[in-house]
Amino acid sequence: MELKQTAMAGTMESSDIMVTIEPKSEGGIELELTSSVMQQFGRRIEEVIRETLQGLGVENAAVNAVDKGALDCTVRARVSAAALRAAGQEEYPWEVGQ
Amino acid sequence: MMDEKYLQSIPHIDEIAHRGVFSGVPEKITDTFQNRSREKNKLLPSLEDAIQATGLRDGMTISFHHHFRGGDHVINKVVDALARMGFKNLTLAASSLAAVHAPLVEHIKNGVITHIETSGLRGELAEQVSRGLMDCPVVFRSHGGRAAAIRSGELHIDVAFLGAPSCDPYGNANGYSREEGGTLACGSMGYARTDAKYADQVVILTNRLVQYPNAPWAIPEYDVDYIVVEEDIGDPKGIMSGATRYTKNPKELLIAQTAANVIDAAGYLYDGFSMQMGSGGASLATARFIRQMMLDKSIRCRFALGGITGQITAMHEEGLIDRVLDVQSFDLDAAHSLKHNRFHHQIGATYYASFLSAAAVDQLDFVVLSALEIDTDFNVNVLTGSDGVIRGAIGGHPDTAAGASLSVVVAPLTRGRIPCVIDKVNTVVTPGEVVDVVVTDQGVAVNPRRPEVAERLRKAGIHVYTIEQLKEKAEALVGVPDPIRYLDRVVGVVMYRNNTIIDVIHQIDES
Repeated sequence: MELKQTAMAGTMESSDIMVTIEPKSEGGIELELTSSVMQQFGRRIEEVIRETLQGLGVENAAVNAVDKGALDCTVRARVSAAALRAAGQEEYPWEVGQ
Repeated sequence: MMDEKYLQSIPHIDEIAHRGVFSGVPEKITDTFQNRSREKNKLLPSLEDAIQATGLRDGMTISFHHHFRGGDHVINKVVDALARMGFKNLTLAASSLAAVHAPLVEHIKNGVITHIETSGLRGELAEQVSRGLMDCPVVFRSHGGRAAAIRSGELHIDVAFLGAPSCDPYGNANGYSREEGGTLACGSMGYARTDAKYADQVVILTNRLVQYPNAPWAIPEYDVDYIVVEEDIGDPKGIMSGATRYTKNPKELLIAQTAANVIDAAGYLYDGFSMQMGSGGASLATARFIRQMMLDKSIRCRFALGGITGQITAMHEEGLIDRVLDVQSFDLDAAHSLKHNRFHHQIGATYYASFLSAAAVDQLDFVVLSALEIDTDFNVNVLTGSDGVIRGAIGGHPDTAAGASLSVVVAPLTRGRIPCVIDKVNTVVTPGEVVDVVVTDQGVAVNPRRPEVAERLRKAGIHVYTIEQLKEKAEALVGVPDPIRYLDRVVGVVMYRNNTIIDVIHQIDES
């Protein structure tokens, strides 16, 4: 999937995650993550973000994620929405990744 | 006439009399009572004078109560004065500390305070202690454990500085006053009573000097040495708000409803029962459901104990609760009831929960208690947060859990992404041996030590999970958290109610 613009999804509410994705031409996925549950779940959140982007075929991007205790399903949804918005894609592959 | 020689001729005189022969009386005071109240009393002009008069020295132990909660100005004011006067190396033994006591951080750094004993820590001071502020670990005791330690001498108090919203010129002090007027009230001063009774020297700081006798009193004049009038001892807004509100959070209401059903099914809701409701939304809300069940069954509660809220006093005024035993009033409604209702009694910490004597907690049918974490051995943590930082207080948790025939611990199964039922709590405050039932929004677990309770719940149609099943439900929702990282250094020592060490708190590792 080719990213065309910077896009975001999510909010700063508790149990949500705000994800901003910026297109890049090289360098892989550059991830900046802050989380209210960093010690306990930081590793897992990063894993889910990377897996979701990989599933969508996003190879290069700068990702900023501010997590407020979102569950895995929420992380996947917000990352997918931000990536699809960044790609300007309106055909949503609802089955992706699963 | 009587003389020493004659005295010695009386058989066994040395065993039955010890102070020798009468030698006259001091000059009698003939001034009016009102004049002598003004002129011969325990008032000193300033806090500094009082500190000097107590003979406080470096290395001694000073104590405070926490009945002013987040509105307390006494601790900061006294420790500021001690710092100005050059004291060092003091132990600060408070019944608890709150976020408002953040200025203590500076006084720890400058060596005025080198050790702390408390029920809990919150805010900046707690953060700093968790990050290794103090060389000597903080000692955390339950309210009953503290009362026992003071009485036994394990915690010897040299000078107690006790804020009181009313006091007369001789030291009869209270958390309210039956005199007209007055803007500050904290209701019961139960925890301060222990300090006043056992401290070598007692200074009362009051914003309201009333006429002798200030009856009823929490602290009697014979326990008081000096009195200082200070205009500002606390902020009424921080001390208490109107009535503690019922929660509207549906998750907490579900937990409360379930907890009430569990208590009923377990057989402890009968005519003449006794109870305590811990603080926290769900445990307070349980009172509402208990009340309805009491009306439906036409039964009464013999006594309600503990930290008292407006919910309890409303039930008292409705005639549903015969007696209220109040060690700490949580809101203005409770304070108002203590002042006006003759069967709403103020009790001290020893009476409430000391393990060294028969205590009120031993007469509880049930207690409903909150928890930050519960583990699969039913151990409960109410002291350290999920990030390992101190952010709570032991309070009467282990005292009431141990004393009550049925201890019910309520918690949401998860808080955000943090699971509340886990393999191992960060800090054991109340051991699983005294925790009987765990109620979450997603199910109930009964300690295997209490099979008869599990059986009664099942018969009443309440599904009983194992604690492991609750843990698995939580993990299915949020995943398995990575453990908190700690350093080897111990920053806190947690005492069980008998003052044996049940756990330690380590410095958090932020690398």
